[in-house]
Amino acid sequence: MSTVADRRPIPRRPLWWTFADAAAVTKRNLYRYVRVPTLLLFSTIQPIMFVLLFTYVFGGAIQVAGVDNYIDFLMAGILVQTVIFGSTQTGVGLAEDMSRGMVDRFRSLPMARSAVLAGRTLSDTVRNLFVVCLMLVVGTLVGFRFHAGFVPAVGAVGLALAFGLAFSWISALIGLSVRDVESAQAAGFVWVFPLVFASSAFVPVATMPGWLQAFADVNPVTITVNALRALTLGGPTVRPVLEALAWIAGILLVFVPLAVNRYRRAAG
Amino acid sequence: MRDEAIVTEGLRRHFGTIKAVDGVDLAAPAGTVLGLLGPNGAGKTTIVRILTTLLDPDGGSARVAGFDVVRDAEALRSVIGLAGQFAAVDENLTGRENLDLVGRLYHLGKSEASRRADEMLERFELTDAANRTVKTYSGGMRRRLDLGASLVGRPQVLFLDEPTTGLDPRSRFGLWDVIRELVNDGTTLLLTTQYLEEADRLADHIAVMDGGRVIAEGTSDELKSRVGGDLLALRVADRARVAEAAAAIADLGSGAPQVVVESGEVSLPVREGASILAEVVRRLDAAGLEISDLALGRPSLDDVFLALTGHVAEAAGEDGEETQPPRGRGRRPARSRA
Repeated sequence: MSTVADRRPIPRRPLWWTFADAAAVTKRNLYRYVRVPTLLLFSTIQPIMFVLLFTYVFGGAIQVAGVDNYIDFLMAGILVQTVIFGSTQTGVGLAEDMSRGMVDRFRSLPMARSAVLAGRTLSDTVRNLFVVCLMLVVGTLVGFRFHAGFVPAVGAVGLALAFGLAFSWISALIGLSVRDVESAQAAGFVWVFPLVFASSAFVPVATMPGWLQAFADVNPVTITVNALRALTLGGPTVRPVLEALAWIAGILLVFVPLAVNRYRRAAG
Repeated sequence: MRDEAIVTEGLRRHFGTIKAVDGVDLAAPAGTVLGLLGPNGAGKTTIVRILTTLLDPDGGSARVAGFDVVRDAEALRSVIGLAGQFAAVDENLTGRENLDLVGRLYHLGKSEASRRADEMLERFELTDAANRTVKTYSGGMRRRLDLGASLVGRPQVLFLDEPTTGLDPRSRFGLWDVIRELVNDGTTLLLTTQYLEEADRLADHIAVMDGGRVIAEGTSDELKSRVGGDLLALRVADRARVAEAAAAIADLGSGAPQVVVESGEVSLPVREGASILAEVVRRLDAAGLEISDLALGRPSLDDVFLALTGHVAEAAGEDGEETQPPRGRGRRPARSRA
């Protein structure tokens, strides 16, 4: 006569549900851009302004040895900057879902624990792809050309997106930790600025003071930008690309478990 | 043997020094409605969050539909539905897309998810608005959609956390009808509310909560009878003399008088109500106390709450629209003015 019913057998969940769940959440996040197209518009204006600003305002003053055209040097840097800035929106989106109770609903559903985060980082990667393509068009209009061929060009875009995805997971952890949208917006930017600007994204590292070079040389942004440069301008690619991939894998290995764990406990 | 759909034993959850849930035992047989009634901060929402696996308990145990909330959390989620205090629906999706998304996440399969979405839209009278984005919905429509979402997965146990808070009275009554229908379908329901009337109307069994503990439980009638037979309520014209009035009639009651100084009200549980009315009036008159209102009736759950906790249930919805008067409404046949 126990009041507590006996434990029921627990059904195993098929592995493909994990992917189906992530896909369903990705789709839901992308609807946002379809329904509020101005969001997409504004997330593209800023990167395009950067392309034009650096090309026409700073470009004339920046001399890069071995590169005729500053835009050819700039493009790798500005692509990486764009995907990183884009990835800061991951945390903002998650904070918004938390504050509106969506995360509670998702967490009460029998869906994969990783799906909300995977769906969010994936949809932000899709958004990044869109912005990157648009920037390549604008870049081409102001003189940028791929010098290393088609396959390295595709590789460059893929590498930039993978780097953005890795940063999305860092941003996810921040968004889940700060919880409210305004803080996520502020916290999302402060840490990427030094990474982006103290790197080879806009100027050669060799022009910086020695102490800053020490940081810039190991900065993952520098390493990824250099790999992208090799893929867009030509030159040896294997080593820089492997270094960039190692950083991406390292970031994912650390931040995916941290973010998922944080999500599990996202109690409000 | 009864099949308990919800069981908690010594459930505990503290946040720092705040004992949000402090040793709660609950039981709800399958197919019944358990109402958790209490003011803000009583611990109702924390219990819902523990039972829906959103929050781990610090101590004690809880089972829902036979699944342990900690060890079997994943399996548990497939048999429950939750509608929280705020409508958790995506503004940028249409009503149908919202329901479809939830169906997919319950792994119903594409066609079944879509069929369930249609059923819910119809049941909650949202078919006309099905293809509009939720941004265009009214508060009541969002709540109905949210409730629909919580039902898409055909839950065995449904959790509704203050389902009608912030709704206008008409939407509230409409939602009550829907909730009653659900229960007729055999769903077990745990409902939290700060509206005493809501618990009275919907719940088979009510657990009254205050400060993280269950301070009383039973059916609505059982709780009311705890206050005593009848309840005498009066209001003195001069609020400053309310304590004096209470003292003057204290020995006539079957329990201690309760006083609400702000409104000048005194309530007193009494055994044979009608026969002492005259005596009450006589004594107050003799003391020179003017009465502005005098009533005798069955106690409401408000009275129960007051008697149990010594303070008035605060129904402070975000809109502040419904401030419960300290004396309950209705059920007050013998009202005489002095």
